Amino acid sequence: MRMLAIELSYWPLTLIKTAIVLMVIPAAAVILGYVFLLKMMAHMQSRMGPMEPGGYHGWFQLIGDGIKFIQKEDIIPSEADRRVFAIAPLVVLVSTFLLYIVVPAGPRLVVQDLDVGIFYALAVSSLSVIGILMAGWASANKFALLGSLRAAGQLIAYELPLVLAVVGVVIQANTMSLQGIVHAQADGAIFGFGLIGNPFILTQIVGFGIFLAAAQAELSQSPFDMPVAESELVAGYMTEYSGFRFLFFFMAEFGTAFALSAIAATLYLGGWYQPFFKTGIMADVMGPVVLGAKIMLIAFLIFWIRFTFPRFREDQLQTFAWKFLIPLSLVNIMVTAVFKVVL
Amino acid sequence: MPDIPGLAKGLGVTFKTMITTWTKGAVTVQYPHEKEDLAPRTRGVIALKEENCTVCMLCARECPDWCIYIEGHKEKRPPRREGGKPRTVNALDRFDIDYALCMYCGICVEVCPFDALFWSPEYEYSESSIADLLHDKDKLGEWMVTVPDPPALEAGAAKKK
Repeated sequence: MRMLAIELSYWPLTLIKTAIVLMVIPAAAVILGYVFLLKMMAHMQSRMGPMEPGGYHGWFQLIGDGIKFIQKEDIIPSEADRRVFAIAPLVVLVSTFLLYIVVPAGPRLVVQDLDVGIFYALAVSSLSVIGILMAGWASANKFALLGSLRAAGQLIAYELPLVLAVVGVVIQANTMSLQGIVHAQADGAIFGFGLIGNPFILTQIVGFGIFLAAAQAELSQSPFDMPVAESELVAGYMTEYSGFRFLFFFMAEFGTAFALSAIAATLYLGGWYQPFFKTGIMADVMGPVVLGAKIMLIAFLIFWIRFTFPRFREDQLQTFAWKFLIPLSLVNIMVTAVFKVVL
Repeated sequence: MPDIPGLAKGLGVTFKTMITTWTKGAVTVQYPHEKEDLAPRTRGVIALKEENCTVCMLCARECPDWCIYIEGHKEKRPPRREGGKPRTVNALDRFDIDYALCMYCGICVEVCPFDALFWSPEYEYSESSIADLLHDKDKLGEWMVTVPDPPALEAGAAKKK
């Protein structure tokens, strides 16, 4: 792989890529947490949010929180299954880490563009269920166990509409590679008008809605926050966690939110593509900026919904997935397939 | 099927609040930098007008939290008229209010028969040690200057005879 005219062999290149992804996850968590969790949520409740740390509008708040978490004692309950308890947050974080591998930020800015890209992304995103079940079971705490079981039931239920919504895009793009999907949108045209390509949100608007709703549930964001319902389950599977292990859960939650927003932006909004620089170094420079703007747009939708709606009851939550989202996504696939064959 | 118009209305409410907070500011106050506009008769702290106190102990006895501590002694004062008997008055030795216990019910202010206790709107008297919240009569007396004047009588109210 040639990058900025420097040839690197496999191991240095892999190390650099890993380091970049490992830096992107906390940065993404801090950006989403600060912009949306602290500031937008506060403004939606007519508050200012943190204003003191760092001097300018409290920008240092989350970083300071992170430093505080790292300083804290690593508490493991005496009845807990120590090894499983300790590994669980890492499993969740690894699932987040693996998500970033296939997301393209430019024509060449991608860790590894797999042929089965979107399939891979959805597969590794469901790895977090294992980490959550491990956390809940190993905590030796009834709230943690109930929370993790709720989380497992919810994540598995909403995995289906998530995958089925993506199938529509895959049919339309003829490929599962995320780069391929970006190119399919970039090369498309709306009735012969090809300047902005053909973002799939125009044809897959139903799929986009289903994807957003399912992503909301995958992230356990309100109104789908039954697993961490603080009024009944303290903090769900995170109840017994503190210090840097809790920080891992926090980073995984917001890192996954960022990754799923990036995937939604790639699938439906055209990813890194902008009409002016299609190839070359400028496309690689502009790519992350354009993709970042689209990610913030999707993340805004996710957090806007989170801060507006109250929590679903467990049966409403399952009914919404099985009786509404899944049939709708199946219809969406059928209609997409029919149009694909006809046109 | 979700109730789409209701959901959209809810999203509109939060979005509108966000924009108003952004452009016009929040309903909250950035406390150390700016102060809240207090209501005219705010109950911040209880001030003591020492010369009005007769050590009758009504406030201490009515206090639901028992946070008022009063000590006094009897004193002879010169008679009012020539050749009269010396008067006996109660002098105040100690008047403490423990603000760690006080729940700001205001019963002491209501019950005081000689207008010795007043509400003051001052509220910045936090301490780093809980023991320092026991305020003595000198400190309670300092707040008298912050007590606002009583509201004017309504038009047509009966004049004091």
